Amino acid sequence: MPETRPKVFLVDDHQLFRSGVKAELGDAVELVGEADEVAAAVELVLERQPEVVLVDVHMPGGGGRAVIEEVLAKNGDVRFLALSVSDAPEDVIGVIRAGARGYVTKTITGPELVAAIERVRDGDAVFSPRLAGFVLDAFADPLSGDGPATGDADLDQLTARERDVLRYLARGYTYKEIAGQLSISVKTVETHASAVLRKLQLSNRHELSRWASDRRIV
Amino acid sequence: MCAGLARWLGIDPVIVRVAFVVLGLSGGFGAVLYGALWVGMPDDNGRSVAAKMGTGSARDRSQRVLAIVLLSLGTLLLLRETGLWIGDKFIWPLVLAAGGLALVWPESTGLALRRGLGVHENRRALLRIGVGIVAVTVGIVVFGIANTEWHEIGDVGLAVGLTITGLLLIFGPWWLRLGRDLVEERRRRIRSEERAEVAARIHDSVLQTLALIQQKAGDATETARLARRQERELRDWLFGVAPATDGVTLKAAMSRAAAEVEDLFGVVVDVVTVGDAGLDERLEALVSAAKEAMVNAAKFSGAPTVSVYVEVTGGGVTAYVRDRGAGFIPETVPPDRQGIAESIRGRMQRHGGSANVRSTLGEGAEVELMMPGARAAPQSGEQAPSNA
Repeated sequence: MPETRPKVFLVDDHQLFRSGVKAELGDAVELVGEADEVAAAVELVLERQPEVVLVDVHMPGGGGRAVIEEVLAKNGDVRFLALSVSDAPEDVIGVIRAGARGYVTKTITGPELVAAIERVRDGDAVFSPRLAGFVLDAFADPLSGDGPATGDADLDQLTARERDVLRYLARGYTYKEIAGQLSISVKTVETHASAVLRKLQLSNRHELSRWASDRRIV
Repeated sequence: MCAGLARWLGIDPVIVRVAFVVLGLSGGFGAVLYGALWVGMPDDNGRSVAAKMGTGSARDRSQRVLAIVLLSLGTLLLLRETGLWIGDKFIWPLVLAAGGLALVWPESTGLALRRGLGVHENRRALLRIGVGIVAVTVGIVVFGIANTEWHEIGDVGLAVGLTITGLLLIFGPWWLRLGRDLVEERRRRIRSEERAEVAARIHDSVLQTLALIQQKAGDATETARLARRQERELRDWLFGVAPATDGVTLKAAMSRAAAEVEDLFGVVVDVVTVGDAGLDERLEALVSAAKEAMVNAAKFSGAPTVSVYVEVTGGGVTAYVRDRGAGFIPETVPPDRQGIAESIRGRMQRHGGSANVRSTLGEGAEVELMMPGARAAPQSGEQAPSNA
């Protein structure tokens, strides 16, 4: 094995699903613990110091978002990858803004999940096609809209290159495939993805807050 | 009572009793004190007469009520004798009205006109209320007439004011209670309706599908297809992704096309949409071409998943249909295969668009569809910073 196995902690309130994930992950990761509710998860994660926490978005008592916020308030080094069956934008955006480094749906295959975990462990961002689509939607190019952009321009807009990367992610391309398409290195693709994640977490663009609720109506 | 007080004071009960007799004979203060202590002082179990008032049999209760009433009357008479008195015409009407109110207010004994009570109890309650209303009315009228100085100043306004006050006092508690009951009942009804709707939905969809899956447990493709369709339906319902405008917008039409392909071929078709637009003839053509591409991918690629990406921009609508299956060499596709030539490329070109097919053997295929045009610009507002 070229690299050490990532230390993973699993938080999900469904026993059945935890078993499924464990079976999918197999020996590819080192599972250091699991929890089925928010308070226990926060305590155990802080105690066992995993590299990556797989956290379910929907749980009683505040959900994955509460786990992420409470852990990050005490230990900023833990990295989170959100897992969800929900594609609802407010869930996805909410958990990313709380500090998750990525979001994947629960239908993801085992090898893809392992790859996503390793990517998050290495400090990079993980975008499912749907999350990439959400971000493109929320950061719609102001030039194509009917009004000028406001606020912090650096955080509130995506660069043309970031937009390109997101479009390929939304089309289902892997980082490697994107690097090939754009003739750049995989490392550069990762840099763009991380920059997008940062903007998603820090931007005050009012579409981000307003947008989720709008989406439900449309 | 005297024994209790004596124990509390730590002296002989006889002394206490003698003291009360003396106090009672001289001016009557002792009698009032006795009554007050009798009502308020806890017994050996720590419960006062006032606290016991609401308990016990109906007969016990009425005896105690009578005792309290007589005691109150005695106190009033005593106060009148000792000169602590405002005036007969002031006090007695008020006492009458207060007594009436005590009878009327449902909270006073917990006895009230309510559904669930027997006819007998309701009749008793009605009687009480009738007597109470008469007492209040008489009390107020007498008060008005007797207090002549008020009567002189007062005109019709005073009479009206008194009447309204009386009505409010009598009916106020009922109205409050009626309002509370109505709100509570409506809440209960809404809750039970919601539960019924959820139960019906779960039964119609989830339970039926689970039954089908059990029947077809041996057929992996069919099971996956059923599960996927059920997931889609449940998701639409839970997260409200499928609005009533189904088929009216590009996004809804594309999702429906993908769902049909999923059902027909047992593959997963993931659709990601950025922006949206009203559906016109040209975009309908784009959806049809995209669906044909999905069908091709499902039929020939062998890949379990097909990715669809649709983006609406100022310049037009672009759609990508991608699979990671077997792939093919576009030039080698026989011309009689209508799929790509006619249903995809021909259709797009007829409506002013274009189609581009890329594929590498072993790495899957991607169909790119582009429909330019001003028609694509309206995006239902969600993309554009409308009030920026």
